[in-house]
Amino acid sequence: MFATNDLLRVLTLQDYNTRVVLLGTVMFGACGGVVGSFMLLRKKALVGDVASHAALPGIALAYLILEILAPGTGKSPPWLLAGAGAGAAGGLLCAGLLQRIRLIKEDAALGIVLSVFFGFGVVLLTIVQRLPTGSAGLNEFVFGKAAALTAGDVLSISIASGVILVVCVALFKEFSLLCFDESYAAALGWPVTRLDLLLTALVVTVTVIGMPSVGLLLVVAQLVIPPTAARFWTDRLGPMTVASGVIGAASAAAGVLVSAVVPRLAAGAVIVLAGTTAFAVSLIFGTRRGVLWHWLQQRDSHRHIGEIDLLRACFEIVEGAGGPGLRGGRQTPTGAASVSEADLATRPISREALLSTRTWSGSRLSRVLASAQRSGLVRLDSENQFHLTHEGARQAQRAARNHRLWELYLIHYADLAPSRVDRAADQIEHVLEPELIAQLESLLAQDSARVQVPVSPHEVRSAEFGARSRKNFDSHTEIETTK
Amino acid sequence: MIGEFLRLLSDWRGFDTWIALTGALAAMACALPGTWLLLRRQSLLGDALSHAVLPGIVVAFLGVHWLEQSDPPPSPVAGPAAQGEMARSAAGDLSRVAGRQTVLFLGAALSGVLAALLTELIQRWGRLERSAALGVVFTSMFALGLLLIRLFADRAHIDTDCVLYGNLETTASDVLVGTGLPRGVVVNGAMLLFNGLLVLVFFKELRLATFDAELATSLGLRAGWVSLALMTVTAATVVAAFESVGAILVIAMLIVPAATARLLTDRLSLLLILAPLLAGLGAVLGHVGALTLPKMICSRVGLPDIDDASTAGMMAVSTGGLFLLAVVASPQQGVLRRLLDRLRLQVRIASEDLLGRLYRREEGSKVEGGGLRVEQQASEPRSNWIAWFARHRLLRKALIQTTASLDELTEAGRRLAQDIVRSHRLWESYMARHFDLPGDHLHATAERVEHFLDPNLQAELAAELDQPSIDPHGKSIPPVAQSEAIPKVDRL
Repeated sequence: MFATNDLLRVLTLQDYNTRVVLLGTVMFGACGGVVGSFMLLRKKALVGDVASHAALPGIALAYLILEILAPGTGKSPPWLLAGAGAGAAGGLLCAGLLQRIRLIKEDAALGIVLSVFFGFGVVLLTIVQRLPTGSAGLNEFVFGKAAALTAGDVLSISIASGVILVVCVALFKEFSLLCFDESYAAALGWPVTRLDLLLTALVVTVTVIGMPSVGLLLVVAQLVIPPTAARFWTDRLGPMTVASGVIGAASAAAGVLVSAVVPRLAAGAVIVLAGTTAFAVSLIFGTRRGVLWHWLQQRDSHRHIGEIDLLRACFEIVEGAGGPGLRGGRQTPTGAASVSEADLATRPISREALLSTRTWSGSRLSRVLASAQRSGLVRLDSENQFHLTHEGARQAQRAARNHRLWELYLIHYADLAPSRVDRAADQIEHVLEPELIAQLESLLAQDSARVQVPVSPHEVRSAEFGARSRKNFDSHTEIETTK
Repeated sequence: MIGEFLRLLSDWRGFDTWIALTGALAAMACALPGTWLLLRRQSLLGDALSHAVLPGIVVAFLGVHWLEQSDPPPSPVAGPAAQGEMARSAAGDLSRVAGRQTVLFLGAALSGVLAALLTELIQRWGRLERSAALGVVFTSMFALGLLLIRLFADRAHIDTDCVLYGNLETTASDVLVGTGLPRGVVVNGAMLLFNGLLVLVFFKELRLATFDAELATSLGLRAGWVSLALMTVTAATVVAAFESVGAILVIAMLIVPAATARLLTDRLSLLLILAPLLAGLGAVLGHVGALTLPKMICSRVGLPDIDDASTAGMMAVSTGGLFLLAVVASPQQGVLRRLLDRLRLQVRIASEDLLGRLYRREEGSKVEGGGLRVEQQASEPRSNWIAWFARHRLLRKALIQTTASLDELTEAGRRLAQDIVRSHRLWESYMARHFDLPGDHLHATAERVEHFLDPNLQAELAAELDQPSIDPHGKSIPPVAQSEAIPKVDRL
């Protein structure tokens, strides 16, 4: 399809034209990413779409006026871009007014302005097309034609981008406050309305400088896709803005290079699709909100919960099977069961006992056991019996203790029946922090030095709890995620 | 000017009727799902869908084209000349068109549903805000569609202009053999019927899922499915309309007529009737406008050769015009109506304030004689044209009279003034007793509240305060006036 040295020539930027186009689109991509970050956080991601569609009548009107005043001068990019800016600003102003008078909702106001302005633009465009002087070139604003950028265009794009970036850096603090707490900013006496207008003006400028290369139909993509992609990597606005700018610039560069190698592929669409690829990668691999990361975290907590549940089950089995005095532990004067760590560590525990204690399927139990073994909480002896390790015994005691403290708390303070607290405690035991445990202890006036594990306030689980605790298990994961 | 308009309009031909009819049918078909989208605050979803169906259309189109390659005839979205030929060519036209239409529908609807699903998925997985997820999905799909068109354009004669602007102008020449009707009329008419039927049959479900999705779900109606179905129908409608009228008109007709109708009525059933009617009206006006306005305007500004302009664009503009009209002049919520209401209220307040001042003046200066100098009023801070108007109205209604450039209350005016001052002082007493405010903080609130205390509230206040006769400032509270004796001042 193309020679290797062609490819090499493009990639090493030996063409003057490629370099020019690349500079122009990359500057635009970076600006779109930066300004888009603020718009995304202000939940106005699609305002750029309205701005770009509303620019069409501005462009066509500018062309018509130039033609009427002096036939033949219509295609003068600076004036057309000025018209585009005026149209976009006018559209956003109308949308703002429609919202101000509170007759219709924001989304409808945006949609109405977008479609009616664009319709008007199309009317004017057909008029332009019927002019004897012809209209070659206006369509480039609609679909974009990056390859046609001239050095002059790129110079003005670069100046405009420079101004945008300087404004964003200089007013970074103001814009972030505007994004996160507009009413607070207003209460501090900041000129919120003027800042808002300024941000809108930046959006309009970005739209205008992107139009010749990406086309007005797709300009909004550069305002939306890079920031949403960047959002998956960080929670902080500064890094996010930078990352978004970088993603915008990189996708613009990728688009230009691909379309330079394969001229059939229009740069505008490829730029957008490159951004989409970056978005897809971020969605999956992003370190902050990425799907994969999130899934790994969930799997970890899932496993951790499984282990804790296993240990507590072991504790209850040992406690239940213990010698005289253990079973009826409730009668001991201290109110505490005395299953010592040594007890826990020496007694063998069979799979069957575990299966009957919790409602785990055989395979699930095997998985939990394997993971507990890897974590060094459980070991397998020569007769295929399980033992808790010392670490395991210690943690088992703590797990049972947390569980029962919470149960006691619920009984004393939430006035729940003893038969109902098990389930509630099962959900909460995994998220009890040490401080909370300390508070529970003092609340329940237990002598924490003496009492190791309080006696279960209810009959320890038997198989009939089965169906219930299955459900409990599923709800653990929810708690973990909300936490 | 009107003569010119009529002269241009007299050029109206048979195919103009078909164009207007196609546009109107497409617009009406769009307005129905659009109304629901508007109510669900998903107006931008219509916009997004009409972008996102593009790759589906292109792929389906390429598929159809590939299948039809054996027997020659050609593309729908091709140039006008090719269409004209095609329309008259084969005898099996009807069935082939139906088959092609079905494939296109499926492609577009699938792509629309895919867009909706992807948005939902990205929103949920990425924990993103909805409009951002929407923005990512529809721009990407649109870019993909454009790219596909660019790649296969020579094989399938789809062109991007046609997708955007439609080719309504050539619709009349594309006649379905066997029916004698233009294809656009048949397709869009069928879509309108289908949508109308759906709305009629599933009215209850749609209403419930739209206004209270949780309630719907708890009643066993899957709100999620309803919304997915709405998405699918919208996508199908969009693609039906797409071919004849283009994307812009589709977006406009989804949102604008529904919003216009919403300004005119609060009733759902009326809304669902009004929205398509407005859409149809907008479309017809649009075509009339496209035939006349460009010529009339352009010839005046020195561009004599312009005869007409894009009908689809003009239809969008004319629905926009209808919307603007509704914003300004809607009887219940229009801007004019609100301004008028506010003006009335201001005049009433100014009148009552003047009456109150005259009453206090009379009260305070029993010795030197009541009355307020006319020129003295003019120098007071709240004096403006509303106060001026209010004074003249009071004079006209004979509630005050001017003797020797002194304004004085008439007998009727005194009764009214007494009522207002009673409201004011009762409220002051009430505030003093229950809000424990110092004396100098009472006047300002009472000055505002006095205009809104009706006789019942006055009676309640009086009862609450044990029928007081003196207000916290030591002034006497006037006795209650005979209510029928109080003249009305609300009417302008």
